[in-house]
Amino acid sequence: MRSSIAVLAVLAVVGLLVFGLVSKGSSGVEVGDPAPSSPLPRLEGGGDGSLADYKGKWVLVNFWASWCVPCKDEAPALEKFQRQHGGPGFTVVGIDSRDLSGDGSEFVRRYGLSYPQLRDGDGGAAHDFGTTGVPENYLVDPTGKVQWLLRGPVDEQYLRDEVAPFLPEGKS
Amino acid sequence: MRRRLVLLALVALTVLAPAAAAEQRASLIEIEKQVMCPVCGTLLQLAESPQALREKAFIRRLIAAGKTEAQIKDALVAEYGDEVLALPQGSGFSLSAYVVPIVAFAAAAVALALGVMRWRRASNGKSEKDAPDIGPQGEDADRLDADLARYDL
Repeated sequence: MRSSIAVLAVLAVVGLLVFGLVSKGSSGVEVGDPAPSSPLPRLEGGGDGSLADYKGKWVLVNFWASWCVPCKDEAPALEKFQRQHGGPGFTVVGIDSRDLSGDGSEFVRRYGLSYPQLRDGDGGAAHDFGTTGVPENYLVDPTGKVQWLLRGPVDEQYLRDEVAPFLPEGKS
Repeated sequence: MRRRLVLLALVALTVLAPAAAAEQRASLIEIEKQVMCPVCGTLLQLAESPQALREKAFIRRLIAAGKTEAQIKDALVAEYGDEVLALPQGSGFSLSAYVVPIVAFAAAAVALALGVMRWRRASNGKSEKDAPDIGPQGEDADRLDADLARYDL
């Protein structure tokens, strides 16, 4: 009886350690994995949105924050890419992560970003994707799978060379 | 006399009221010790990252707007979620962070007390049953008694 209690106690401790390691060590999504699509509030209000809303479209998911300098540098390139390719077959979706909502909205206004923006205040979506910081970019195909990712900022040339070839020809 | 009392009351009010107000007023230094920088994973007090600076500026704005400490912490939770609090809230699932250690400590104390009682009971029973006769036996005992009698004063 006493030995079975001791075994149970040891198993419980080992279980807790394993759970801790597994829950902390999220390795993040890789190419071919389904993109996490938990609902997030829209940055400008008006309820929640989710990547699942864009099934059937190519989506360039851009994690950013208003306090992040490289995010400021890439924002104009993303907006230009959205204007060139955005439509029924493609959109950029911004996810403002671990940021103040007021600062995020101000950032969107300052850079004139026209693509949809979701808010990830507690960093839950960033954790689900396994981001290591901001900015990070993920290209999700119409079935919801990640086809390309870049853990860092993009620029116009990079978008043209790396992302555009995946998309339907021209502006859909 | 009456006039003096009224005057005294007025003086007391002018001295004590601002002191009480100052006591309730939120302070950045106090709040920084109680909230986290979500990006750095450290207390805001220790953080100097760009995100932490924005968070501090946000707190300063709320203090300037006359918000209380509790209102400011609520606003931070609304922005960054529960994890922005350095200590879990005392309600809902977070309550377990306080309750579980207390219950575990109490259970350990009870288990230890029971164990000690059991051990003492076992060792008492054993000593009564198995304790060897201490002291000289037979002839030795007689000789010891005789010796002691000889030196008895």
